[in-house]
Amino acid sequence: MNSKESVSGSVSLLKSLIEEGTDTIFGYPGGAIMPVFDALFDYKHKLRHVLVRHEQGAVHAAQGYARASGKVGVVLVTSGPGATNTVTGIADAMIDSTPLVVISGQVTSPLLGTDAFQEVDIVGISQPVTKWSYQVRKADEIAWAVAQAFYIAASGRPGPVLLDFTKDAQSALTNHYYEKCTSIRSYIPAPNTDKDSIQKAAELINSAKKPFALVGQGVEIGKAEQELIDFIEKAQIPAAWTLLGASVMPFDHPLNKGMLGMHGNLAPNQKTSECDLLIAIGMRFDDRVIGDVNTYAKQAKIIHFDIDPAEVGKNVDVDIPVLGDVKKTLPAVTKLLKQADHDDWIESFDVVNGEEYEKVIVDEIYCDKEYITMGEVVRRVSEKTDNEAIIVTDVGQNQMMAARYSKRRFSRSFITSGGLGTMGFGLPAAIGAKVAKPDRTVCLFCGDGGMQMCIQELGTIMQSNVKVKIIVLNNRYLGMVRQWQEIFFNKRYSETPMLNPDFVKIADAYRIKGRKVTVRDELDGAITEMLEHNGAYLLVVDVEKKGMVLPMIPAGMDASNVILEK
Amino acid sequence: MNANTLYTVNVYSENHVGLLTQISNIFTRRFINIESLTVSASATKGVHKFTITCYSDEKSIEKLVRQIEKKIDVLTAYYYLEDEIISREIALFKVTTETLMTNNTVESLVNKYNAKIIEVNALYTVIEKTGGKAEIQQLFEELEAFGILQFVRSGSVSITRSKYEQLSDVTMC
Repeated sequence: MNSKESVSGSVSLLKSLIEEGTDTIFGYPGGAIMPVFDALFDYKHKLRHVLVRHEQGAVHAAQGYARASGKVGVVLVTSGPGATNTVTGIADAMIDSTPLVVISGQVTSPLLGTDAFQEVDIVGISQPVTKWSYQVRKADEIAWAVAQAFYIAASGRPGPVLLDFTKDAQSALTNHYYEKCTSIRSYIPAPNTDKDSIQKAAELINSAKKPFALVGQGVEIGKAEQELIDFIEKAQIPAAWTLLGASVMPFDHPLNKGMLGMHGNLAPNQKTSECDLLIAIGMRFDDRVIGDVNTYAKQAKIIHFDIDPAEVGKNVDVDIPVLGDVKKTLPAVTKLLKQADHDDWIESFDVVNGEEYEKVIVDEIYCDKEYITMGEVVRRVSEKTDNEAIIVTDVGQNQMMAARYSKRRFSRSFITSGGLGTMGFGLPAAIGAKVAKPDRTVCLFCGDGGMQMCIQELGTIMQSNVKVKIIVLNNRYLGMVRQWQEIFFNKRYSETPMLNPDFVKIADAYRIKGRKVTVRDELDGAITEMLEHNGAYLLVVDVEKKGMVLPMIPAGMDASNVILEK
Repeated sequence: MNANTLYTVNVYSENHVGLLTQISNIFTRRFINIESLTVSASATKGVHKFTITCYSDEKSIEKLVRQIEKKIDVLTAYYYLEDEIISREIALFKVTTETLMTNNTVESLVNKYNAKIIEVNALYTVIEKTGGKAEIQQLFEELEAFGILQFVRSGSVSITRSKYEQLSDVTMC
């Protein structure tokens, strides 16, 4: 396969993708990428192309694919608007460290810089939101550029890479020869670990009375889920997770104490201000986690495990940074840990979480009012899938409810737009997740607002027969904004009530089975019907119009300001 | 936070198209104004060196430099305080030759500031001055009394007080 042969740039591109293990591409054709789509016609047996309905959908689908599988998501689009439509998804992948290779067509090289038809400087536009962005003008460069792109996207802290191929580069002949990239002299994917930092971290943990671990997506990316469990079990460290780290630990692990942050569980947030040692692992101290930086964990020493040196001290001052690949650094520290017993400390989490359960959770997930709550829908779906589904969310209340009330047994089972908070992410991301993991049940929780932001992707579901289960939590409001209006803007509901279409009819038009539920009695039956149906399914549940996600720590405030009741 | 310290940031990078934008974007995003910027080939073949000066504070400049280092094509980046480096600017002043001829002060200023006259013709005289930022500013102010036709100054170039080029820390493979 690797002997030199004269092929077109387009064939060279496809061969290069295959060399990198790509078997699925999410894309949309257009003028400046036609030579590649033409070549793809002969490679259908090796490269499955999922035709989306909008390029934004292609990127979110590739994100869902990458997050569910751990592989690099690949996107193929044309120049101009095709390329600019990918920018939101690329920015989303950048902030959530999702490996993508986005391939865009570009006008033929003599036309560059002339404002040619569908010409846009996508390399310039995408530069601030990509890990690497590069224009290929010669067919001879293609194999090299693809190799670099995959290496950069997947290594170290992953991220999106954009490759812009001029149309003449796609058509010209080249002697294709592929060699995987294994290093770039100006790029250090994982920094060297300072042995001293391992030693110091272990000492701090061994002497801590109230250690507390904060677990982020870095553990999942680093495939260090088991290493994490070994670590927290040996020293008996209670652990909580960030939104993106929601599926790192199994839900039923006794040291898993719930979610951090603005809408996180009570104990993890409260205990942040009580612990004597905070151990952050593959997380980046997002403002939605830390609240008020001036009071955040001031009483505690902080250890920060991360692969990205730029994250250390970025948001919170750290005592001991442990740089490097968490797959290696965690076991290195674990080896030095003493068996410890922090029973009282661990139990204190359960006491606080119990208080939250009484005040907030029980009414949300076992509601007996006349209306249906978002939380109970999530709970019922999660239970009926035996907590084994891949949960995908959109952004807003649906997302927080899904994070709080679905349970994850397996890793890579919670896919959400965390950093960028992209409404419209959910539907295409669920498509990507299902394409990556056809044997698993993929459930999307989505609001009525976000559902309409990429609703065109129902067409993709229809054409590619993607069997996703879509649950629209329909409160007929842009719920999270409405919630903020209620709490912080004097109940002035400016532009948040939504007049919605009949989602079931829309699904029907796409030949997707659907059902609307408005009363509790029908809910379980409808969920069962959805899960048993062999195909995509759209379940619309009319939920409490003014439902709120609680607890809530107002932005920029510390955990003591938590709002527990309406 | 005290954002009044002058820092010099040295960036070593591959000589690739578009890097200047990538690096300047990092400053823009953090709302740090670039005071001066010089880009040229470094002593190492194929490696470019950026010398950027800006006012900032220790915490911000450290974060900024780490973000710069994250760029794939950047080999390494460092930041320095003024006393950790030796830096120079070059400035060119154009005055009328008449001023020079009718007034001894201009010539004595040239001598006093260790500047030199690099071109003289019937109309104008060009004075070149290499030195520190403050020194150049002083000469500018003194010459201004006699009328300056044109004035231009470069960004600063700098060399560290360490023995070797910092880049040698990096494995060049």
